[in-house]
Amino acid sequence: MSWLEKLMPSRIRTEGTGKGKVPEGLWDKCTSCGAVLYRSDLERNLQVCTKCNHHMRIGARTRLLAFLDESPLEEIGQDIEPKDFLKFRDSKKYKDRLGAAQKSTKETEALLVMKGCLKQLPVVAAAFEFRFIGGSMGSVVGERFLRGAQRALQDSIPLVCFSTSGGARMQEALMSLFQMAKTSAVLDRMRSQRIPFVSVLTDPTTGGVSASLAMLGDVNIAEPKALIGFAGPRVIEQTVRETLPEGFQRSEFLLEHGALDMIVERKDLRDEVHRILCILLHK
Amino acid sequence: MNPDYLDFEQPIAELEAKIDELKLVEGSEDFNLNEEIARLQAKSQSLIESIFRNLSPWQIAQLARHPKRPYTLDYIEHLFVDFTELHGDRMYADDAAIVAGIARFEGQSVAVIGHQKGRNTSENIRRNFGMPRPEGYRKALRIMELAERFQMPVLTFVDTPGAYPGIGAEERGQSQAIALNLQRMSGLRTPLVCTVVGEGGSGGALAIGVCDHLSMLSYSTYSVISPEGCASILWKDAGRAEDAATALGITAERLKELKLIDEIIQEPLGGAHRDVETTCANIRSTLSATLTRLASMPVEDLLAARYQRLTQFGVFK
Repeated sequence: MSWLEKLMPSRIRTEGTGKGKVPEGLWDKCTSCGAVLYRSDLERNLQVCTKCNHHMRIGARTRLLAFLDESPLEEIGQDIEPKDFLKFRDSKKYKDRLGAAQKSTKETEALLVMKGCLKQLPVVAAAFEFRFIGGSMGSVVGERFLRGAQRALQDSIPLVCFSTSGGARMQEALMSLFQMAKTSAVLDRMRSQRIPFVSVLTDPTTGGVSASLAMLGDVNIAEPKALIGFAGPRVIEQTVRETLPEGFQRSEFLLEHGALDMIVERKDLRDEVHRILCILLHK
Repeated sequence: MNPDYLDFEQPIAELEAKIDELKLVEGSEDFNLNEEIARLQAKSQSLIESIFRNLSPWQIAQLARHPKRPYTLDYIEHLFVDFTELHGDRMYADDAAIVAGIARFEGQSVAVIGHQKGRNTSENIRRNFGMPRPEGYRKALRIMELAERFQMPVLTFVDTPGAYPGIGAEERGQSQAIALNLQRMSGLRTPLVCTVVGEGGSGGALAIGVCDHLSMLSYSTYSVISPEGCASILWKDAGRAEDAATALGITAERLKELKLIDEIIQEPLGGAHRDVETTCANIRSTLSATLTRLASMPVEDLLAARYQRLTQFGVFK
């Protein structure tokens, strides 16, 4: 209550001054069709537009909690946190970028890893958080992925990873490039130990993440209309100086060109991934 | 301005042009200019020394792309005998941005793979400025698997601005081709030795760069993104490439400090192109020592050490 309102006798005060105003955070707009959606409906629908079925971005934690059974849940690698070892500074300090990302996402890094169950089948599941510096892969993302995969190897249970990332994290320079080799190396172990890895590519998955772990699934799945590619569309347009074909680098385009096994809607992922894993595991 | 010299090398270019002129005159006239030539040569030498003593990361980035810098095929010519180039990925095409083949190195059978840039416009178009498409990486993997079957170590030479960002490359699975190389190389049952000889451009470099021993020539670079690319994304201004080069720490010296590379191979003063023989002698001794060391390891130990090497990368709290 402002000082002016406090001064006013109560009979003059109008109740419900917020009349006509929409309380913050009740509505969201679909990023594709522009429909105004009731936030709680959208959340119930896992950030998929109830009007046009557009798959909007979803937070890592929400994603994993929706994908895995309610319990048991165990987070892996949450104790490791990022470090600005290069004292990297562009227009902002990397340290400040990290702080801001941690504050806005309430996550400590761009990858969240959990051991849990998928319809009672024990799995390790990892999800990228795109709002954390574009889901970029630095040392912590690489290490958490490694620990998740090593846990899957140790317990002989499958690994599922939901990727959404702009690629390697520039602020960690070559160290982040080498995370591509690191994550691919542990996936080679999984391959030789015959532990299934299902990669789910979501909007957007590009650069160093698509060119390493995301494309190495025993089964590669994508959500509808996700942007997936090595180079970003803008870079390609500038290089080749032509307009890009319709639907270029979208899931449907990749499926047609043989890079993916299937496109699965978000609401069906639990069932689909579960079925695939059960077949692969002879269960 | 002499296009064969970089901005900061122009004073050297001028001096050397003068020396060349004097040499011409000396050949045709009776004057004895030897003394003057010797004086200028000494001056040129000390000029090179002073310029090269304190190169900035950006200057080294320019040297790594020097138009006269030796490329993979130049090194192959000096370091190997019986090099036999093998072509094609058996699926789609032969990518000239990567050369691959089998050869002998000091009597031993080896596989050799490297990025290849062109010397002139037409060759650069054919070789796509050393920027491979998926078929290049698939050819490289095919040759690595061949090397594994016939128990030959694989020697790779990295020199690329990056994997090609084109429509066809995306259609044919650039990401998948790179990813598959990273995965398979980590488990390849034969020694992998990588030398960065020019530009180590991001994923396009790493796709033939996973190894047991990583060396860099002293004026080469290795980076997650080009300084120009980094500047245009983080500073929104490609003109800040110089700042980006410093921030990214792309030089051999900095990367050695960060323990990201194993060894720096010294280039002669003024850069590899000024004395290819010496550069190759230095590369040869590194390769030779490394191969001897790796050959003594049982393959399971080699793979365990490689896995350890690859998975320890990272700095965190």
